Amino acid sequence: MILHRRLVKDRIAYYLMLAGAGLSIALVPLIALALAGRASTLLDQQSLGKLMFSVTWSPLKGEFGFLPFVVGTFWVTGLAMVIAVPLCMLSAIYIAEYAPNRLRASVKPLIDLLAGIPSVVYGLWGILTIVPFLRDYLIPRLSGLTRIGLLNAENPTGYSVLSGGIVLAVMVFPVIISTLDEVFTAVPHGIREASLALGASRWQTIKGVVLRRASPGIIAAIVFGFSRAIGETMAVMMVVGNVAQIPRSIFDAGYPLPALIANNYGEMMSIPMYDAALMTAALVLLLVVFLFTLGARLILMQAMRSV
Amino acid sequence: MDTVIQSLGLTVAYGSQRAIDNVTVSFPERQITAIIGPSGCGKSTLLRSLCRLVELTDGVEIWGRVIFDSEDIYAPGVDVTDVRKRIGLLAQRPYPLPMSIYENVAYGPRIYGIRQRSALDELVEKELQAAGLWEEVRHRLNEPASALSIGQQQRLCLARGLAVEPEVLLCDEVTSSLDPLSTQRIESRLIELKQQYSIILVTHVLRQARHLADYVVFMYMGELIEHGPSEEFFANPKHEKTRAYLAGEFY
Repeated sequence: MILHRRLVKDRIAYYLMLAGAGLSIALVPLIALALAGRASTLLDQQSLGKLMFSVTWSPLKGEFGFLPFVVGTFWVTGLAMVIAVPLCMLSAIYIAEYAPNRLRASVKPLIDLLAGIPSVVYGLWGILTIVPFLRDYLIPRLSGLTRIGLLNAENPTGYSVLSGGIVLAVMVFPVIISTLDEVFTAVPHGIREASLALGASRWQTIKGVVLRRASPGIIAAIVFGFSRAIGETMAVMMVVGNVAQIPRSIFDAGYPLPALIANNYGEMMSIPMYDAALMTAALVLLLVVFLFTLGARLILMQAMRSV
Repeated sequence: MDTVIQSLGLTVAYGSQRAIDNVTVSFPERQITAIIGPSGCGKSTLLRSLCRLVELTDGVEIWGRVIFDSEDIYAPGVDVTDVRKRIGLLAQRPYPLPMSIYENVAYGPRIYGIRQRSALDELVEKELQAAGLWEEVRHRLNEPASALSIGQQQRLCLARGLAVEPEVLLCDEVTSSLDPLSTQRIESRLIELKQQYSIILVTHVLRQARHLADYVVFMYMGELIEHGPSEEFFANPKHEKTRAYLAGEFY
């Protein structure tokens, strides 16, 4: 039997695409393996659990405690999400549910434009506006005013996890808003009409029907924003202070994992184990993102089933 | 014949296109009125403008008046949610709300402040019975409404609409996506419901209009051509367009 040329082409196309898909799926374990290989020098001596919960970061003494960095990462990302999620919900609800079509059509490209601004520009903007705002206005007014530990203003510089959180929040705005907008737009119009036809107000309809129907998508949008935020390096590094400590207040400096790696890789490599420690940090970051995404996927599947 | 709702010189335009043009017609109380006509003749637009749902479409313009309970529902200062509560709409395709069967029916009453569980239980049962769905769902009220078949979903939407106790029930080709058996069920429900409700029904199925309607309104190209009591309308159509339509010369 003779294979026709177009059947041969068909096969080739199939294998090419299979290879492409396979490569992109294989990339994650490949990266993890490469990191693990280099990190093993350290991990052979000390357990990952011990490293994760150790507070002291003192490379010269061979002590590599990751806790300050892990905590710093969650501080900055958490603050960013606390700021970004409510604001993004409000603005996405406005854009998708209230804004007339013409306004919506002109706002969407602007939001996508925000997503294209390089990270380093956001970092500079943070240094020029957010850090001085904290230093000159917020911290002087709050210092000594409150006993709430979270708002303790002992670090007067303005370079803090809050600055990092604010800059990061602004950076994830476009990602979350445009995902949410798509999520809301995907809710069928007939379902809104059904609610309105019963005499529900617009807000009752949004609250009782649209948000409920969109809830899996909303979770997805938040997770999407979170996983973007957690690995963001440059802009955060520029405003967060980079002090290896566990932040106690939103005005304390922090040192997120990505900043640690970016700041130190290629320097001080004469210190034994330093290279392995940074690789371990990268591995930890990868693991955290992976676990979070996996968890979110499970929540999403659960939520999908109940709608 | 008492009038429940009346349009006066009602014109609705999407952009420069007039969907209905200067329609003046009265709908009788506690009867079934069928609005018939070929597709695109404006019958859905007429129906949707009677409960102020047509204005949700972007770029729509509305002139004229709709008198209900001796008030113009388009007058400034009228509470649109109140209009839509009193004039309910059952849509062409069933859109169950993203919640359980029970919650779908309870949705409207909850909006109007009924919180007591026993009162809601009673209402849900009563309306599901009125819609002829109770026996099929009584043991699975907490399942998501989307799990029902499409015919059941449409009856659920009927129960949901009845639960806010409207005075008028607008039905927009409510059986067009249903199988024959479900269609029959909905139709027999409507005949029962006209004891309590004024029903206005858009349909492009002549059989359905003949079977259900007490009064018929015939539309063509956005204009009202002819209307009258059902028997008279079908037995002795006055306008030649009506005769042609009834004879099946266009659809």
